[in-house]
Amino acid sequence: MDSQQLLSGIPMLVFFVIGTVAVASSILVVAMRNPVHSALFLLVTFMCVAALFIMQGAEFVGAVQVLVYAGGIMVLFLFVVMLINVRHLSDEKMLSPYGLAGIGIALVIFILFASMVRPGAYHDEVLRPDNLQRYGIHKHRKVTTADGRVVRRNVVKRSKRVGNSEAIGMLLYGDYVVPFEIASLFLLVGMVGAIVIGKRQLEGNQEEAIPAFMAKVVAEEKEVKEAMSA
Amino acid sequence: MPSTSAFLMLSGTIFCIGLAGVVMRRNMITVLMCIELMMNAVNINFIAFSYRLSSLEGQVFTIFIITVAAGEAAVGLAIIIQMYRLKNSINVDDSRELNG
Repeated sequence: MDSQQLLSGIPMLVFFVIGTVAVASSILVVAMRNPVHSALFLLVTFMCVAALFIMQGAEFVGAVQVLVYAGGIMVLFLFVVMLINVRHLSDEKMLSPYGLAGIGIALVIFILFASMVRPGAYHDEVLRPDNLQRYGIHKHRKVTTADGRVVRRNVVKRSKRVGNSEAIGMLLYGDYVVPFEIASLFLLVGMVGAIVIGKRQLEGNQEEAIPAFMAKVVAEEKEVKEAMSA
Repeated sequence: MPSTSAFLMLSGTIFCIGLAGVVMRRNMITVLMCIELMMNAVNINFIAFSYRLSSLEGQVFTIFIITVAAGEAAVGLAIIIQMYRLKNSINVDDSRELNG
């Protein structure tokens, strides 16, 4: 593939711009000292990845990416960053003692990936597939196999052209309904686990734990009151 | 349209940046963010092959990965909050002892 062909076409340009932004912002996620800045650059990366999804005919997954990652997970991250006092972190070292080792491991694995992609594999042009917007209507049919046995098989009777979202929905509630239910169970377990882990430990019949700084203020006020009355 | 290998290289790059971040950084929140970055790179791969093979299965798997990432982020952040209450620090190097 020569460079003229490589750079031709608007999709190529869009890919290069979005890919560059995605890589740059993911480097900045790692490089930023303040976790709030890291979170915001992570948001940029998520948006770029969503754009890449939409480019490749995965409109529904792109929308889910924006809703769940940019809308849900990002808010969760920012919430926790606000909850935790990060002001004292600026004094200490940012990198762990394994910093150099981290770069080394990442480089080695990147070379491994690159060597797998590099030798001409997956370089050919892919036309926009039609199947991503289609779902097959399956039916059990008696099929005669090569050695003459008659078996019942789930074969595609006909396929219907619909939108990408509808095709995914049919697949998700059809072939993948058991994994789908397991995923919902997983989310329930995750939610209960997060609540149980995250809540304050109460001692004995203590009704509600007061945050430390509140307790301090209350104690100081009590002291002042006692001093005034004395 | 860029070829599949371009998407694979991009996803490999982002994955390795995330991996480097997980090993290098000391702030636990940033480490969790880098794990999200790695999951995103895997999702790019799934979608690229879904496009190439003209099959919706890759997209369905991506949705499941996003579900798992959401659950993982919720539990991980709860653990970080609890660790902050316990040790007043979210430094990875401060949680060496298993008995807390």
